[in-house]
Amino acid sequence: MARPKRPNVPVVIDGHEVMAYPDDTVLSVAKRNGIRIPHLCALDGVSVYGGCRLCVVDVAERHKLMPACGTAVAEDMEVHTQSRTLQEHRKLILEMILAEGNHVCAVCVSNGACELQDLAVELGVDHVRPDYQFPRRTVDASHPKYTFDPNRCVLCTRCVRTCSEVEGAHVWDVAGRANGSYLIADLGQPWGEAPSCTWCGKCVAVCPTGALAWKGKAVGEMRHDPNLVAFLTSARDEGEWLDRETM
Amino acid sequence: MRRTNSAPSRPRIATIWLGGCSGCHMSFVDLDEWLFELRRHADIVYGPLVDRKDFPEDVDAVLVEGSVTNTDNLELAHQLRARSKVVISFGDCAVTGNVTALRNLVGEPGEMVYRVYAEHPDRDGQMPSEVIPDLLPQALPLHHVVPVDLFLPGCPPPAPRIRDALTSLLGIDDTPHGIRFG
Repeated sequence: MARPKRPNVPVVIDGHEVMAYPDDTVLSVAKRNGIRIPHLCALDGVSVYGGCRLCVVDVAERHKLMPACGTAVAEDMEVHTQSRTLQEHRKLILEMILAEGNHVCAVCVSNGACELQDLAVELGVDHVRPDYQFPRRTVDASHPKYTFDPNRCVLCTRCVRTCSEVEGAHVWDVAGRANGSYLIADLGQPWGEAPSCTWCGKCVAVCPTGALAWKGKAVGEMRHDPNLVAFLTSARDEGEWLDRETM
Repeated sequence: MRRTNSAPSRPRIATIWLGGCSGCHMSFVDLDEWLFELRRHADIVYGPLVDRKDFPEDVDAVLVEGSVTNTDNLELAHQLRARSKVVISFGDCAVTGNVTALRNLVGEPGEMVYRVYAEHPDRDGQMPSEVIPDLLPQALPLHHVVPVDLFLPGCPPPAPRIRDALTSLLGIDDTPHGIRFG
């Protein structure tokens, strides 16, 4: 269904009335209207996953918290994004994410340009309350151009969705269950030996942490480009690379 | 921060170096001439920069660098907690375990010590056996061992961030600078 020319669904977010398109989610309409809802796995240009749970919001008359990224708007929906409870939940969620992996900012390629690190500052996480899990994970440096360090992976699946939906290769996927889940290339072989990888690097561009990085980057040198995917998909949708004369 | 007992006295600040690289103390020294300002407001009663053997009683605030990684650290952690009003985790090793906790990924400390000493090409397979304290099973953030009042992340926390913490604790007028890990 094509979008109407103008947003026509009234929604109230934190007391402000905003207009949403019928296909908007709470996160997308909030973003367009400059209302900041912290999020990690959500990425413009690919499908919704709703796995990190950082974007949880309170929707009036629903009895549980909803992830803003996966909640469709409805007429006169009333959403609260910043209550004390929500802030506490987000803080603990982020602490659990930090405790689950081995996030050592001081020796990370993404130090200083990391979405996880920035979220910690934004949410006021200055220490982690749950016990650190210190999982034993092995770095995969088999690819000639890129490295994958699962110690820094938060399983947001941005790379999985981007590789599958935008590049069309579906190299990445998640294996295992619960806190034993891990990212695999193809059928679980080293990334460098995964025949479906096209070396396009979009997975590296969208990684929110230092898990996927260019080879040869030292501490703090990695710069990701998560907006690349929205740029590519919207350009495709708009036919920006087609010859206008022959369209 | 005022001490309540007897005559009005100056705040007593300590710093201590547990399982860390001393980088946080280097950053502390990086406060440069502001250390003189600090000295005007408080006494620095203990730390690697102070000639004193035992952790003193009645400390108002202590900056703790490093994770709790061996039996010595563990004893000191309990001692400093008992003797200080405000305990500050000073830098990423104290706050998160950071680089010192990377050894937790190698497994039991025995395995790690073997890897570092016995397998090291320049050490002739010698294992350390005397004087040094036993390693704990895991290097831990300070707040997983004793209650901590304030957290000062950073590897190391830049001098302006240390200054922020101390100025707000001591009630000195100054401009704040912000926080982050790493």
